[in-house]
Amino acid sequence: MSTIRIVLPQHLRTLAHVGREVELQVEGPVTQRAILDTLEAQYPMLRGTIRAQGTLERRAFVRFFACEQDLSHEPPDAPLPDEVVAGKEPFMVVGAMAGGTDAHQPADG
Amino acid sequence: MSKVRVLVGTRKGAFILTSDEKRQEWDISGPHFAGWEIYHLKGSPADPDRIYASQSTGWFGQLIQRSNDGAQTWEPAGNTFDYDGTPGTHQWYDGTQHPWEFKRVWHLEPSLTDANTVYAGAEDAALFRSTDAGQTWQELSGLRDVKSKLWQPGAGGMCLHTIILDPNDPKRIFVAISAAGAFRTDDGGETWRPINQGLKSPFELPDPTAEVGHCVHNLSMHPSRPDVLFMQKHWDVMRSDNAGEMWHEVSGNLPSDFGFPIQVHAHEPDTVYVVPIKSDSEHFPPDGKLRVYRSRTGGNEWEALTNGLPQSDCYVNVLRDAMAIDQLDSCGVYFGTTGGQVYASADSGDNWTAIMRDLPAVVSVEVQTLP
Repeated sequence: MSTIRIVLPQHLRTLAHVGREVELQVEGPVTQRAILDTLEAQYPMLRGTIRAQGTLERRAFVRFFACEQDLSHEPPDAPLPDEVVAGKEPFMVVGAMAGGTDAHQPADG
Repeated sequence: MSKVRVLVGTRKGAFILTSDEKRQEWDISGPHFAGWEIYHLKGSPADPDRIYASQSTGWFGQLIQRSNDGAQTWEPAGNTFDYDGTPGTHQWYDGTQHPWEFKRVWHLEPSLTDANTVYAGAEDAALFRSTDAGQTWQELSGLRDVKSKLWQPGAGGMCLHTIILDPNDPKRIFVAISAAGAFRTDDGGETWRPINQGLKSPFELPDPTAEVGHCVHNLSMHPSRPDVLFMQKHWDVMRSDNAGEMWHEVSGNLPSDFGFPIQVHAHEPDTVYVVPIKSDSEHFPPDGKLRVYRSRTGGNEWEALTNGLPQSDCYVNVLRDAMAIDQLDSCGVYFGTTGGQVYASADSGDNWTAIMRDLPAVVSVEVQTLP
């Protein structure tokens, strides 16, 4: 069992009624999938907001950072850095700078 | 004394305005869900304290929120909208086929009789129903059996934006989709058929009278006369006297028959409101004058309502779900603009006041009349 620190973006903190950082007890190998499965089990209102419903793929405008690296494109079952596993560094869920709009969603509809 | 509660959805949150039956002074709460797009909020006719809200962003997707205490507190409901079976494809902007993909909920329509039953109109266009207060959603997929390969996105996306429940027949539902047209079920949503006869779209469709493909912007009905429907199409204001079997144009003397919302007066079934917009390429009022037009004759003869509305240099738009009618004896009319104003009239549109301004762009306005 590893104690993992997760930093959520402001909108998701509000939705889950949590502060900037959440601590999770993650069983087994610490991967993106394991962290997000645990997070969504503990805070079901976050389902669909970080990963798409059904496919569980990362939403296009969500990024995963840790240890000053962009891990967004790493496989979901790849091990995360030791510092994250040891709880020294947080796993950060970030809204992408380019996000918030939809190329096919003009203002008027 | 009766009161009204106005539910305003904007690009960056929701606002709740309440007033007594005079509708002169307003209490404002919000922003609720600050920073999120609130496409629509609507209260249950069966329990006015039950309110549903559609909350989304490009970052974090779609959420449904539910209030059980008249918008004082909210709780997330279910946000799994799975298309039934293999979703298939529809026409894309370039004419090719494109897979169906859920993007957001445009419109929520609570049941007239059961607070736990609510319908959701989605983009890509589909109708979902929940019978457990929004916890789980099931698609009424028979709708997409109606030539949906020919449906295509309008400028705002391929959205099911209008849901009208027939007060006399619980199995009859009307919906409208941009750009597919209007549809009706008479068996509670199992099977559907297009109701687009009489529509003409020479600038949008190669076959101007096609069975499906029309860009219907909004429908409205008076509950005392559910077979009479009014439609704001992309171009043209239309009327049907037989539940959509046939439509005829009632644009009459409007300065432009392009627009988005259409509403019917609470007590006068032949009094109809539209907001003319200059064109599909210039989404603002003609001549920079924000004018609501009212017909007291069920269409064709329209009068401009301007008292209290800006009559120069006004270039806002009024979106399809951004107009509403209250049920008070002196009927109130409300609308919001993309410039962030919410205007209200407590006298059927004769006089208008901005009851809120400088909001983010207003996407939707609904009103509840409370005892």
